[in-house]
Amino acid sequence: MSTPLGVGANAPDVTLSTADANRLADHRGSPVVLIIDSSHWDPTREEMTARLAAWHDLPHGVQVVHASNSPVSAAFGTGDHDAAFVIDPSGIISWRYVSGIDALPKSGGWSRREFVQAAITFAAAIAFTHGIHPVARAWAAEPEHAMATSTVTLRVNGRDLPLELEPRVTLLDALRNYAGLTGTKKGCDHGQCGACTVHVDGRRVLSCMTFAVMQQGHDITTIEGLARGDTLHPIQQAFITHDGFQCGYCTSGQIMSATAMVKEPWGTADSDVREAMSGNICRCGAYPGIVAAVQSVRGNNPSGASR
Amino acid sequence: MIDFDYRRATSLDDAIRSAGASSKFIAGGTTLVDLMKLDVERPAHLVDINALGEDSNLASVTELPGGGLRLGALARMSDVAWDPRVRDGYPVVSESLLLAASGQVRNMATIAGNIMQRTRCWYFRDTAMPCNKREPGSGCSALAGLNRIHAVLGTSDKCIATHPSDLAVALVALDANVIARSSAGERTVPIRDFHVLPEQHPEREHALRPGELITAIDLPPLSFAKRSLYLKVRDRASFAFALASAAVAVDLQGGVIRAARVALGGVGTKPWRSTEAERALVGRKANAATFRAAADAALAGAKPRKDNAFKVRLATRTLERALTQVTS
Repeated sequence: MSTPLGVGANAPDVTLSTADANRLADHRGSPVVLIIDSSHWDPTREEMTARLAAWHDLPHGVQVVHASNSPVSAAFGTGDHDAAFVIDPSGIISWRYVSGIDALPKSGGWSRREFVQAAITFAAAIAFTHGIHPVARAWAAEPEHAMATSTVTLRVNGRDLPLELEPRVTLLDALRNYAGLTGTKKGCDHGQCGACTVHVDGRRVLSCMTFAVMQQGHDITTIEGLARGDTLHPIQQAFITHDGFQCGYCTSGQIMSATAMVKEPWGTADSDVREAMSGNICRCGAYPGIVAAVQSVRGNNPSGASR
Repeated sequence: MIDFDYRRATSLDDAIRSAGASSKFIAGGTTLVDLMKLDVERPAHLVDINALGEDSNLASVTELPGGGLRLGALARMSDVAWDPRVRDGYPVVSESLLLAASGQVRNMATIAGNIMQRTRCWYFRDTAMPCNKREPGSGCSALAGLNRIHAVLGTSDKCIATHPSDLAVALVALDANVIARSSAGERTVPIRDFHVLPEQHPEREHALRPGELITAIDLPPLSFAKRSLYLKVRDRASFAFALASAAVAVDLQGGVIRAARVALGGVGTKPWRSTEAERALVGRKANAATFRAAADAALAGAKPRKDNAFKVRLATRTLERALTQVTS
């Protein structure tokens, strides 16, 4: 095998053919932990879990990239050895571990999962502390449920809310459970009832059917953001005037849906309102009042819908 | 829901490079998030492609140089449905979209995601039940189970699940093309070949290769598509999947049908183009007898089961009514 690149060398730009990386040079500007696997990287769940568990401990800003292809191992001179490199933001190798050549505090008989987990944690520790202290975490028991959280900033009702979220947290759960905005309701949690309706960039959407991490950079409006001080939005007032609710559970979704729907190009008839509002279910059956409320705001006379 | 790794793709090439066998692209999320909550979909990586629409035509409707329209993969159902060029030139497309889902879902769900929807078969969605589509070789619970909503056309002894998309039924009637991109380049797949019959492998649903990404759906120029419509019959008046539906376009001259396009939804394991019905229409006078013969031809190969025999009659009448309306 050729000699592996050492500390202080320029990291070559290579294409990383893994699921989470592209060209190495694309990552300039942030510290990179490059893991090179000698054999084909098969992201089975077991390995993913270990990898994400290790990743969980990484400070923000560190990119972990993974390569298993021979051009990468050739460019770094690692041959068929497993290896890990820390590359600083300017593209210089600042730490290296090549199995069989360099030493880690514990060696021998590692499974590939253990190697990956240890190497990432090691590399991250070195990249950030230039010390060895956090390494103990690499040998923690098999992770059961360690999911990477990140700071997700949601702009809700005009305010930026930084939240620490796993990727799998829906916008609905982020609003209710992390931001404390419980006006948005969870009904079916499968996109069928409309109770979770909010606005994203002025359009009505279902907050249960999207992940919060996907909604960064968008303007989110919830029922809490509709009134201006003590002045209700005209749709809110109309729901009161026309008895558009009974138990109230579906109401914030109905109102969020209606406030967006009145800006959509629907016809003027009651049947248009019913069709346009069909994504909002009301178990109490307040539909006649809901149609009347929406029609009153649209300036249409509901035909026999009031009560 | 299982843990997954999330990445926001910054470009088309980045998205394609980020994709792999264990990853899924996510845009609207209305199918994928739903199925991930049910544990039916378990991707290790999610590649968010929404940002790709910001500096490209991927989220818009554009005119094709030789006529026709290009529907960007990331265009939302509602945007395409309300687009005046779609409404005027291809009413069947606009109607198929507006008769699908709800206002909220249409604001989220994309055109490409729509044709990639998974079946609404209740056994597919229930991980406690055997399903050959979800778990190859485990068996089909619908064959002897409750199969009222299931298919009568294109079925196999492994799967009788319907394809749920309304849009895809309109697209197959129009001979639309799916444009797909991968690291190997761009290719065009006729929509008729895009969805595949279940046969012995119901887990295979479409012609996309792992990591391949739909970038657009092209509607070819078709002058008589102006005379087209989508008729949908379902268990409730709105926000329900089709029990039977018909997409029809007719070139009518002096009361005689010169050309016709017919496709059926809610009854097939894939969006069901019926050339049999088209042959029964072309050259004939547009009248009830012609429509009846065409509808009978469309359903001639139907294989009803215990609970879905009504669909044969329902689809026949749906098609007859659609043809009556489109020619009147």
